[in-house]
Amino acid sequence: MEEGESCSARRELTALVVDDQEVLRRIHGRLLKDVGVSHVEAARNGKEAIDIHRGGQSFDLILMDLDMPVMNGIQATRGLRAMGVRSKIAGVSARNEGEGVKEFQEAGLDLLFPKPLTTLHLSSLVTQIKPL
Amino acid sequence: MLGLGADRLWADMNRLLAFLFHQGVLDEQFLQLQQLQDESSPNFVSEVVNIYFHESEKLLRNLRSLLMDRELLDYKKMGIHVNQLMGSSSSIGANRVRNVCVAFRAATDQNNRAGCLRALEMLEHEYCYLKNKLHELFQIEQERALAAGVRYPLQN
Repeated sequence: MEEGESCSARRELTALVVDDQEVLRRIHGRLLKDVGVSHVEAARNGKEAIDIHRGGQSFDLILMDLDMPVMNGIQATRGLRAMGVRSKIAGVSARNEGEGVKEFQEAGLDLLFPKPLTTLHLSSLVTQIKPL
Repeated sequence: MLGLGADRLWADMNRLLAFLFHQGVLDEQFLQLQQLQDESSPNFVSEVVNIYFHESEKLLRNLRSLLMDRELLDYKKMGIHVNQLMGSSSSIGANRVRNVCVAFRAATDQNNRAGCLRALEMLEHEYCYLKNKLHELFQIEQERALAAGVRYPLQN
């Protein structure tokens, strides 16, 4: 190894997929792995996402669905930001503009993607993220 | 001779897929799904689609139950279920199902019960058609895999 070169490998990115639908947790999880996110976890609603963070875990990226039972994406995003979570939070929604989408963005999202999510959406997002 | 069976089934599969794309039943999202399938997850598409079927049928039952409640029609709840079905359908490339969801959502936004009923019937029809066709596709794929598996007989 040459002088000045870092001894530790670049830490791989981690992500949390928050969605009440299992089909979407599976697809989004697989999409993330496809663009190089090595560690992906999942939560079934906003409350689970918050509990995971209260348990001490953190992620470089959170994919947050809007409509979920127990705690929706707006409440969860607000809650995570109030806890001081600085992860990149990308909202994912099938709703049109104006149907609570503005409130979702104002809750603390970094960006919002429409469904369906694609490899293109995620690969451009992942290149912007520096590991926490 | 055994190889020809696998090849013929491969052609059948591609013909069915081309038909489904041409009819607008599936769109390019289904291709993305197929691209996510690899050696580490060789049954990814069928697994995900089966989960989609399971969750969609629950949403359709909920929608029918909400619409049958003549006393209090909860259009907001219906709208949420329709959004969920629209999101999952678009994510697996179920284009026609997704399009009917768009019309259904418009009817819930307008508190239009008759429109919601019509949309639900169309949705159930499109969903059934999609399910039958995808089952057919997976059946052919299974038969092709079996046929390809016995393509090269063991040699002494």
